[in-house]
Amino acid sequence: MIQIRGLKKRLGTRNVLDGVDLDIPTGKTVVIMGRSGTGKSVLLKHIIGLMKPDAGSIKVDDTELVGLNERDLNLVRIRFGLLFQGGALFDSMTVGGNVGLPLREHTPMKPAEIEARVRERLEWVGLKDVENVTPASLSGGMRKRVGLARAIAMDPAYILYDEPTTGLDPIMSDVINQLIRSMQTRMGVTGIVVTHDMNSAYHVGDFLAMLHEGKVVFTGTPDEARNTSDPMVRQFIEGSSEGPIKPL
Amino acid sequence: MTDITWKSYAFIRHRVDDWLAEVGRIVMLIGETFRMLGRGMRSLGLIVDQMHAIGVQSLLLVVIVSMFTGAVAAVQAAYQFDNVVPLKFIGSVILRSVIIELGPVLTALIVGGRVGASIAAELGTMRVTEQVDALEAMAINPVRYLVVPRVVAAFIMLPMLTIIANTIAVFGGYVVAVTSVGVSTHTYVAGLREFFLMRDLISGLIKSFFFGGIISWMGCYYGFRTEGGAQGVGVATTRAVVASCVLVLISDYVLANVLFRFIFAT
Repeated sequence: MIQIRGLKKRLGTRNVLDGVDLDIPTGKTVVIMGRSGTGKSVLLKHIIGLMKPDAGSIKVDDTELVGLNERDLNLVRIRFGLLFQGGALFDSMTVGGNVGLPLREHTPMKPAEIEARVRERLEWVGLKDVENVTPASLSGGMRKRVGLARAIAMDPAYILYDEPTTGLDPIMSDVINQLIRSMQTRMGVTGIVVTHDMNSAYHVGDFLAMLHEGKVVFTGTPDEARNTSDPMVRQFIEGSSEGPIKPL
Repeated sequence: MTDITWKSYAFIRHRVDDWLAEVGRIVMLIGETFRMLGRGMRSLGLIVDQMHAIGVQSLLLVVIVSMFTGAVAAVQAAYQFDNVVPLKFIGSVILRSVIIELGPVLTALIVGGRVGASIAAELGTMRVTEQVDALEAMAINPVRYLVVPRVVAAFIMLPMLTIIANTIAVFGGYVVAVTSVGVSTHTYVAGLREFFLMRDLISGLIKSFFFGGIISWMGCYYGFRTEGGAQGVGVATTRAVVASCVLVLISDYVLANVLFRFIFAT
């Protein structure tokens, strides 16, 4: 369970997060949606401790993240997997090197065991015989899948997905959506997906939360989102330029 | 205070504040590198990779530059001796100027340009493509994983490159002295032997050790501070090279004073 309370972050002259309150229940996938630049990725980076808030609290299974020292923060981070928007694969390593890196760094596993785990996780995301390929030679969808294989290499309790379908064709977007769902059923992980792709949000989310002007303005199930009368949420999910949310 | 004086004061104050903050961040990076040194040293493979990138891949450039440095030193020495100083001293003049000054400093400037830029560009690209964030998200300290191997490798490889540069430069000087100045091999070698002092060689190597730290830390610092995209990487690379070269020359002066006035003072 992740509990976020009163989270605030100011970047430059803008309050990117202005008192975010959000609960992420164990074993469920919560989609954080909102317009580009509303602070969705900033919120994600706070959850894994890559950014420090100006105020507020983030509790992961009753451990308060804010103010934690590096050693304790790393103990929490090991329980997370993070899929970056662009994959963030290390281009100095092969695909196998990327997926195996957290295992080499944090476990006493032998090279043969790491190799087997890498092969297994790559198969889980639908990739075979790519261990010796460099990330530069992969397509966007394959890079995301390798990123996901790396994120699940350590059997995390939580997986954070930053814009998992952005830049992908509709078919590859569906492949990624299916993978997010399969991670939940196969590993029982808690998922947090940041996206503005409503198809993806409906497909993968048990709950949706909408972030607007630094605050969570809606939380509910996908059905509740579809049937809401809140004009702001309706405008966003219908993708309309007319309504209370003004185009930038 | 007039308006223009006030604005000038505010501008200077702002620049000084920025500069002090920059120095503070560099000192913090150096401190963090030492804090992570023990754990970083365990990643021997990463250090060896960086020794190859910093040392072996710079070798050809260092050899070419030092060969011509020695050759030019021989031509200049012969011209300045101008029948006033006996040519038997040409070997000793080349040797001492090379091992005290030219070898360490020119090697550092060459490596500063090549390696400083390469480190800043690599880490800068990693920063803007979120690879550094990915390391942190995987509970891997980026300073331990990226900075320590580069700094350790530079500390080891700069003195080694300097020894090679010294040798090649003295050989370059020999080739010119024998072929175009008219000095015999025996005279050149006798000159080398007569005025060789071990402390000169050691002081040059001490300087190159410090230069290794400067170059790698500047590359890492500006790489980590990269913002934006390709333009940001370009800015970081330029800043790393400029800072490396300027700091190498400033520290050369400081180290020369410390070494020759205090430590090796006769």
